[in-house]
Amino acid sequence: LPPQFHNLQELRQSPSLATKVFIQRDYSEGTVCRFQTKFPSELGSRIERMLFEDTVKTLNTYYAEAEKVGGQSYMEGCLACATAYFIFLCMETRYEKVLKKISGYIQEQNEKIYAPRGLLLTDPVERGMRVIEVSVFEDRGSSGSSPSSNVSSGISQR
Amino acid sequence: MLHLRVAEPMRECEYSQISTRSSTPMETPYKKRTPKRRKWQAFPGRNKFYCNGRIMMARQTGVFYLTLVLILVTSGLFFAFDCPFLSLQLTPAIPVIGGVLFVFVLGTLFRTSFSDPGVLPRATPDEAADLERQIDVANGSSSGYRPPPRTREVVINGQTVKLKYCFTCKIFRPPRASHCSLCDNCVERFDHHCPWVGNCVGKRNYRFFYMFILSLSCLTIFIFAFVITHVILRSHRYGFLNTLKDSPASVLEVVVCFFSVWSIVGLSGFHTYLISSNQTTNEDIKGSWSSKRGKGNYNPYSYGNIFTNCCAALCGPLPPSLIDRRGFVQSDTPHPIPPTNGTTMYGSTQSQSHMAAATPLLQSEPVILTDEAFLPGRTSLGGSCSGALPLGGHPTPPTSTPNLSCDNDMLPLRNEQSDGLRHHHTDGCHHHFLTPEEAPSPPGMLPCVSPLGHSHTIQGFYNPASQDSLHEDSVRGLVKLSSV
Repeated sequence: LPPQFHNLQELRQSPSLATKVFIQRDYSEGTVCRFQTKFPSELGSRIERMLFEDTVKTLNTYYAEAEKVGGQSYMEGCLACATAYFIFLCMETRYEKVLKKISGYIQEQNEKIYAPRGLLLTDPVERGMRVIEVSVFEDRGSSGSSPSSNVSSGISQR
Repeated sequence: MLHLRVAEPMRECEYSQISTRSSTPMETPYKKRTPKRRKWQAFPGRNKFYCNGRIMMARQTGVFYLTLVLILVTSGLFFAFDCPFLSLQLTPAIPVIGGVLFVFVLGTLFRTSFSDPGVLPRATPDEAADLERQIDVANGSSSGYRPPPRTREVVINGQTVKLKYCFTCKIFRPPRASHCSLCDNCVERFDHHCPWVGNCVGKRNYRFFYMFILSLSCLTIFIFAFVITHVILRSHRYGFLNTLKDSPASVLEVVVCFFSVWSIVGLSGFHTYLISSNQTTNEDIKGSWSSKRGKGNYNPYSYGNIFTNCCAALCGPLPPSLIDRRGFVQSDTPHPIPPTNGTTMYGSTQSQSHMAAATPLLQSEPVILTDEAFLPGRTSLGGSCSGALPLGGHPTPPTSTPNLSCDNDMLPLRNEQSDGLRHHHTDGCHHHFLTPEEAPSPPGMLPCVSPLGHSHTIQGFYNPASQDSLHEDSVRGLVKLSSV
């Protein structure tokens, strides 16, 4: 795919947003934060399946790490309880630290992989951890196929 | 607001129409002049915010102040009247332990009352539209105004769980989430709405709530025991009547503590049971995982043993707030081209794919209207309540009864007294105050607000005047027709 947008900045300001694809949560393992790794058909022409699935799987790993109930979270919980939770006023929780890592990762992925393909990932934390929003921008170089027909054909494939 | 440059190719024409609705150079100066607002000021739920968004409570906080007064007065009287005698006669450790318990109780109370219980932010218009599309596709072309109940089934650890659609928040609720009718929010792992702490109890503040009632039980029992000890010891020396004369507060303390002990200790016991079986009050009351429902019914969230369940609930990781109260409202996010959305709606709501018929326009229009009508912070259509509510025409039966969940300590709250503290209601969201008996998330909840003059850049997508957008929709549809 010829790179249409070299600049992430340019993408963010561009009004030629074609559509948004939403990757929903996968609740099959309970309430832990996991996103479906199923590759959406609307992105079929824009990005390789492997790259996208890798991104989602890495995100899932990060979230699993944040929500892990283990030694470190016990220590944090007990310490916080012992201080009547006043310690949360000055300390950043482990979850927050992992979320910062995640947003750095998404930024990096956007710069390296998605923006050159005319896509943009939105951090799930900005959407209430419900969806990974993938903004699909109008491929200026493409002729013929309009985004509307892409999306409606995507719908019919569902 | 329309730029119909017919000389340019039709595709260009569509995009120039879109640009009128998103932020254009023409509109941006207008937006820049409006002061930046914080997200809590535009929050769609029925919450009150203090300290510039740092503190978040439910709307009715009267009972919370009662709780605070009871704790402060009883403890104050204990330290003032009983502790001097006890520390001299018995040990000074008594006021010290009492003091530690008191600080712990207040700390956990404030944490429970002031923090975000785990509110799920409402769906953005794009998300909501995407979900609508998926639902329409799943149901086939919806005939008329009675859509089937919107549920999704998911299998969690072998147990089938139904995810219900929230018409207010426009999302499919995650498992264990529920919509609180008092606060008008969907809350993750919703336990109950507690008027005594003036907030919902959910995923983020359940452990604080539990530690609060546990420590309050200890404090109540502590004060009760030592006030009785004080009265007995003093009576041995000075006689019973003299004791009552010297320390009248003790009587009050005993009475308050006596009644509190039964309720608070009982509640602590109940929540200890809930934690050890990893259930919420909501689930327990509805009997979601009760074996009475069926042989194969079990709780898929339980870890299997009591110790792990307790540790996970109390010492698990604390997820951060999803609503970002103190962030600034972003107004320049681009949004998808409406004709594309319109096209997909055409494609999904109609079996035929061609757009020449005029009826697709009419059918999709109400959908757009509904989305706009429910946009948080936005005026409803010219002040009159939206008439076309195909989605909400026949709401599903109340999906959850959060008001039932708080029957432990729910008082009928009808008082609208304003407390002296500064509070901000969200603009444009003066919903009718739903009594708890009303459906939690009625889609027909008509936001009959008067049009507000300012700040419809909350979502940043739509112009203040909804009539213009209606016109735009119809003209856009006509342009689409002519472009085919």
